[in-house]
Amino acid sequence: MAVTPEPYDTIECDVLVVGAGGAGMRAAIAAAEGGCSVTVVTKSLLGKAHTVMAEGGIAAGMGNLDPEDSWEVHFADTMLGGQLINNWRMVELYAHEVIDRVLELERWGGIFDRTDDGLIMQRAFGAHSWRRLAHVGDRTGLELIRTCQDKMVHTEGVDVCMEYTLTTLLKSGDRVCGAFGYNRNTGRFVAFKAGAVVLASGGWGRMFRYTSNSWECAGDGATMAYQAGADLLDMEFMQFHPTGMIWPPGARGILVTEAVRGEGGLLFNAEGTRFMLDYDPVKKELSSRDVVARSIYKEVQAGRGTPHGGAYLDVRHLGADYVKRKLPSMYEQFHALASVDITSQPMEVGPTIHYTMGGIRVEPETAATTVPGLYAAGEAAGGLHGANRLGGNSLGDILVFGRRAGVAAAEFAKAAGASRAIDDAQIAAEQADLLRPLGGEGNGAAPSENPYKLHEDLQLAMQDDAGIGRSEESLKRALVTVLTLRERSAHIRVSGGRALNPGWHTCREITNMLVISEAIIRGAIERRESRGSQWRFDHLDQEVEFGKINFVTRRGDDGMRVESVPLEPLPDRLRPLLERSRFYDPAKLPKGYLTESAPAAGTTGKTN
Amino acid sequence: MSVLDQPAASVHAPAEDVLTASGLTGEMLTLRVLKGVPGGEAAEVAYQVPVVTGMVVLDAVHYVQHNLDTDLACRWNCKAAKCGSCSAEVNGHPVLLCKTRVDDLPAGPVTVRPLKSFPLIKDLVTDVSRNYEVNREIPPFTAAPDDGTPWRIPQQDIDRLYEFRKCIECFLCQDVCHILRSHDYADRFYGPRFFVRVASLEMHPKDVLDRREQTREQGGLGYCNITKCCTEVCPEHIHITDNAIIPLKERVADVHWDPVRFVGRKLFGRSGD
Repeated sequence: MAVTPEPYDTIECDVLVVGAGGAGMRAAIAAAEGGCSVTVVTKSLLGKAHTVMAEGGIAAGMGNLDPEDSWEVHFADTMLGGQLINNWRMVELYAHEVIDRVLELERWGGIFDRTDDGLIMQRAFGAHSWRRLAHVGDRTGLELIRTCQDKMVHTEGVDVCMEYTLTTLLKSGDRVCGAFGYNRNTGRFVAFKAGAVVLASGGWGRMFRYTSNSWECAGDGATMAYQAGADLLDMEFMQFHPTGMIWPPGARGILVTEAVRGEGGLLFNAEGTRFMLDYDPVKKELSSRDVVARSIYKEVQAGRGTPHGGAYLDVRHLGADYVKRKLPSMYEQFHALASVDITSQPMEVGPTIHYTMGGIRVEPETAATTVPGLYAAGEAAGGLHGANRLGGNSLGDILVFGRRAGVAAAEFAKAAGASRAIDDAQIAAEQADLLRPLGGEGNGAAPSENPYKLHEDLQLAMQDDAGIGRSEESLKRALVTVLTLRERSAHIRVSGGRALNPGWHTCREITNMLVISEAIIRGAIERRESRGSQWRFDHLDQEVEFGKINFVTRRGDDGMRVESVPLEPLPDRLRPLLERSRFYDPAKLPKGYLTESAPAAGTTGKTN
Repeated sequence: MSVLDQPAASVHAPAEDVLTASGLTGEMLTLRVLKGVPGGEAAEVAYQVPVVTGMVVLDAVHYVQHNLDTDLACRWNCKAAKCGSCSAEVNGHPVLLCKTRVDDLPAGPVTVRPLKSFPLIKDLVTDVSRNYEVNREIPPFTAAPDDGTPWRIPQQDIDRLYEFRKCIECFLCQDVCHILRSHDYADRFYGPRFFVRVASLEMHPKDVLDRREQTREQGGLGYCNITKCCTEVCPEHIHITDNAIIPLKERVADVHWDPVRFVGRKLFGRSGD
């Protein structure tokens, strides 16, 4: 292997932000306001990030409509929704600060629907005690991204590199000092030298067949962090959004916002039964996403599914005018893609992979990872949402922790000084690895592989064997598939050159998705219980012992290692807040520290 | 009764029959795609794509990438008409590929070409960076520093702004506008997308800047002769001409052609608004 790398461009900045969704842009603004030069790198054009897919709103306990609401109730709902394995300090910071972040967005020109008094309107959402989601129609994510985008491009000190892919983090000793990748349009290599790096690279749903995620969500950021030695947290928790489109085939997986149910949409099975009344008589259609997704799945399995294997979501009773005003993009989406008029016909929906609760392990206050100089925020980071995220908590997450990551990274970069030495041997090795798929017809020992075919095989395995319902047997089958695909991936070959070659770009994404898939599977195998989004057919109960730990994935000398780390118990000052949730029920608390000490909870933790 | 208390219906049910779910119709589509790079030869390449029920043109392009030509370049992200990445010209019409159903097109071959008004990068991908430069030229939202919190804004003001804020920056309006497409006035004309942007700021009840002169001078608002081509191609159905451009033209005319204000400007500089 050549030790001298091919010539590459160098871009230097104080803080490098990877990703230009809400978290990345909010981090960039904070770091620039902290006096740093900032470079934001995005795989796509600015303003196209996955944040635009968040439709329902931003959860914030402002109490504009329901004065009973507050940050404390928001804290309680988020902890209970996450089945009490969230990082409680992150939830506390989040519930506190998200109110200021919403008001700040408005000061930057973002618009929200209004109450009769002219205040920011709030809508009901799954498992939130009160009407809590600040929103504008059903496009709140677009509003957030456009507002942050306009703020950021007019902030002194921020540069944006659009359509670049980063493939590895550069390290100087133990410290991260930049990242390496290429310009997607030209194929030219580029090294970014930085005092600190913020990973705001989003989640990873593309390894599943039915997903609301775009091609971008391949887990690049989490893989880079893992390879650089950072801890990943709770990787087994993948959120199935209960309502994705299921027909026509090309539209399968596209998100149908929870705002449809927030505004009063009802779920029916093919027999016309409103089945959520049976599964969750209290929260009904607005139960948490894990519960609604499983309920639809069970209805289909029981033979009560719609013609295309889902449930009916019905808004006809709300009236055509109201539907078009509050859910305009849903009206348009079904009209254009499915030839369905949702004001006169029900929608057919089913679960779709939507969000990753797990992610890079971070310090709550600073969003610092376990590697010096490396920060992570938004969907790429883990801890806030526990075993299940409540709708509306992602747009808030990216603002609160995007800002915190930007502030902390700026401070680190200023203190770290100018030493940003790059190791050319590391770069030469990375270049060789990236260019291998372009190397002609393969090595002769094995047939060359098409990256897209590998991707399709991975998606089928993850969907069927590591999907909404899992067992040790299915998970081990998925693991074998992933390890086999990894061997096959060594033989990937693509035609064409380096300039804007999507086949070539897909090669590294396959590698990344295989790493992340392995982490999801290994975490899911270790968690021998059902909790939140993790539904184990062979372990249907929640277990006390698993309510007292998180699983951490890290790179070991001999491959991937998963180990449990103790979860810090909820402190006495926060414990009473749980009772503020409307959905607090002492008899049905998620199992863990709290049920362990309760006298009536039985001895095995396997009651009820 | 919690969901977790119920026994699973089966230990592991496979996904539904893949063939039934695939929606294959048995028909084939001829997809003609312009392939090329700047300075090189650009030529239409014909691909045969199996037709699936309800498929959109982006599905067909993906089929080509996955099965026939992994090198074919095309931008896309959300595939749900929410991000505005997959803009191209299908049978000569500027559209979002993810929202254009094959069964809505006339029978026969379907032609896909890149946006004409922007420099080609490769195949269906063009260089739209000029749009991002224009956006930086437009002064950002600016509220009065002493305007306290919380703000109280009537819903009707939001309703008016909401139409403009729906813009997903697909730049189809920039592509079709003849001031940019035929006259190549990108150096002196913002284009429809950015008049929508200015309108969203100008009509925001909390924005305190006067944007009229800048929109006339740097934006070249006067070049627009309201042919409404932009409105026709907008996938978000924004009434670009009627609700953004014409009101802006009226506001600019108010400040610029009012004879009293004209004299005032001559005597006292830019006051008298």
